[in-house]
Amino acid sequence: MDSGVTAMETILVLLHTESDGALARSALETLGLARTLGMPFSVGLAGADVKAAADSIAACGATRFLGVAGVEFAQSRYGTDAAAAEALARAADATVILGPATSRWNRVMPGVAHRLGGRADTHATGVGLAEGKLRVTRWYYRQRMEAVIERTHRPWAILVEGGCGEALTGAAGTASVDMIAVDAHSRTEVEGLQSPKTGQQTIRPDADLLFVTGAGWSKNQADGKPRVEEAEKLILGFLDATQASLGSSKSLVDLSGEGQAVLGFLTHLNQIGQTGATPRHRKGLATCCHGEEPHVVGWRFVTERRAVNLDANCGWARGKADVVYVADAFEVMAQVNALLP
Amino acid sequence: MNSGYQIVVCASIVPDPLQTLEPVAGPQGPALKNEMMLPAVLDPWAAHALFEAAHLARNTPGSKVYLVSLAPKAKLQQVMMTVAQKAPFELIALDGPSGGFTEAADVASALAAAIQAIPDLDRSRLLLFGGWESASRGAGATMQIVGELLGIREQFQGVDELTVGADGSLRILERVEGGKHQVSLCSAAPALLGWATGNLPEPRNNPQVGMLNMRAMMLALQKAKPAHAAAAGVTFAGVAVPKQQRETRLVRDMPAADIAREIVEWIRG
Repeated sequence: MDSGVTAMETILVLLHTESDGALARSALETLGLARTLGMPFSVGLAGADVKAAADSIAACGATRFLGVAGVEFAQSRYGTDAAAAEALARAADATVILGPATSRWNRVMPGVAHRLGGRADTHATGVGLAEGKLRVTRWYYRQRMEAVIERTHRPWAILVEGGCGEALTGAAGTASVDMIAVDAHSRTEVEGLQSPKTGQQTIRPDADLLFVTGAGWSKNQADGKPRVEEAEKLILGFLDATQASLGSSKSLVDLSGEGQAVLGFLTHLNQIGQTGATPRHRKGLATCCHGEEPHVVGWRFVTERRAVNLDANCGWARGKADVVYVADAFEVMAQVNALLP
Repeated sequence: MNSGYQIVVCASIVPDPLQTLEPVAGPQGPALKNEMMLPAVLDPWAAHALFEAAHLARNTPGSKVYLVSLAPKAKLQQVMMTVAQKAPFELIALDGPSGGFTEAADVASALAAAIQAIPDLDRSRLLLFGGWESASRGAGATMQIVGELLGIREQFQGVDELTVGADGSLRILERVEGGKHQVSLCSAAPALLGWATGNLPEPRNNPQVGMLNMRAMMLALQKAKPAHAAAAGVTFAGVAVPKQQRETRLVRDMPAADIAREIVEWIRG
């Protein structure tokens, strides 16, 4: 369907519950964003049981609550999630579908938009109105270019990244939910969640601080030898004391993939930058990091940035960090750990 | 009776990540400055999908790997000179734009049509692989639409591991929030897997494999059909490289103990 743009959209805020039946912060942020558009919106909920979630946002201003519930919708998988999202969008007759960019909705919404004859844009970092038209801000080329787009395609599914808006608060009450029956099948069973094999919980999206380790940690030091064991001890000690999230430059992760003796607790999941994650933390401390644009994008969304680096002119730090300490990270981090409880 | 998998990998090419990219206004919408001059590589996550496909095919007798790629064929040929040495596969080339400002739906439609045209494709043995996101559009949308067009409703994204059971079931690890993997068990093919980094390092170049691949590849490139991929219905109100310059305070010659005190105060602040 290519129905053109109208001044007033029919907005559906599409949410899913978490395993405890509640809504995640990213869901509440999407609701908060929907309210800023100044248009009526309905809320669609999918999950094992959606009543408690609906009640938690009963006073959010939605004109209608729709729900798809059942044990089959407790699991995050394509077949059942796509069926639920499609049914909710059709019931709401939505022209615009706003949802949080969770792994669950990222997996299904492009396919759902295709079923509905529309389009999906993921990783949106801004949604607003300009001259009566909906505009979405999103990144291209792995966070190296930012574009603002409008679309004539409807329905338009937009998945909004976490941390891009204020979360809705204080909207609890009693909601009346129109339940929709959905017959969904899948040949897939979800067995559960698994933490990285390292056993070290080093990725903490909710952490205040991102600690970025660069390849310099495992290179030869002043005495001509690598000090990998000492580096591991310093980094893990800092993580234990601060509960910081751990990121790594691509080069370091690649080295570990090739079986070289590098920091043993790093996996691909720690990778940030061009082919890794672009985490959103309030603060970021980079140590021994070098490199230019492809790696620097890894901390583009970190608000306050400091770096410890031996090269004052390194592209990672100069012009990218607020403060660069030109110093040996081994010495500095040993002192930092001594000061932390 | 046939055995093994028919693994179709969807992979395009992207500018080498080390290149500086600058947007320009082109006749069809935004484009990259000197786009045709930029050195290109196989899209990184899709490349991991190819390596995983080759690994699976090597360990599952009777399997075959196809690489379906939509890109300007002259640039695709350049990239294939290297990629052909990594793993045995049959190339199915589509001649069209590979830039990030085209629509995922257009690309998916062209890829699905090319896959449907593969002779004797056995859907019951089909594993459709690709990267979970490209390094160009970065939407993570194309593969899902290809799956929908081919009727594949068992889809997985951000895949880091696939294990095939003795009964043909597929145990799949997908990246989810909190640095964790979701473990799913799919009863059998067909299935779609959008790969993240996986677990395999990049294979070493094997010139013998390259020579075998290139013979068929040159023919595939010559026969590459033109494919349409544009951005109809999309208006780009602005495309820009973000402002990155910060006023950096350089701290030299400060004792490590003082730096540490300043950092700890900042962390606690």
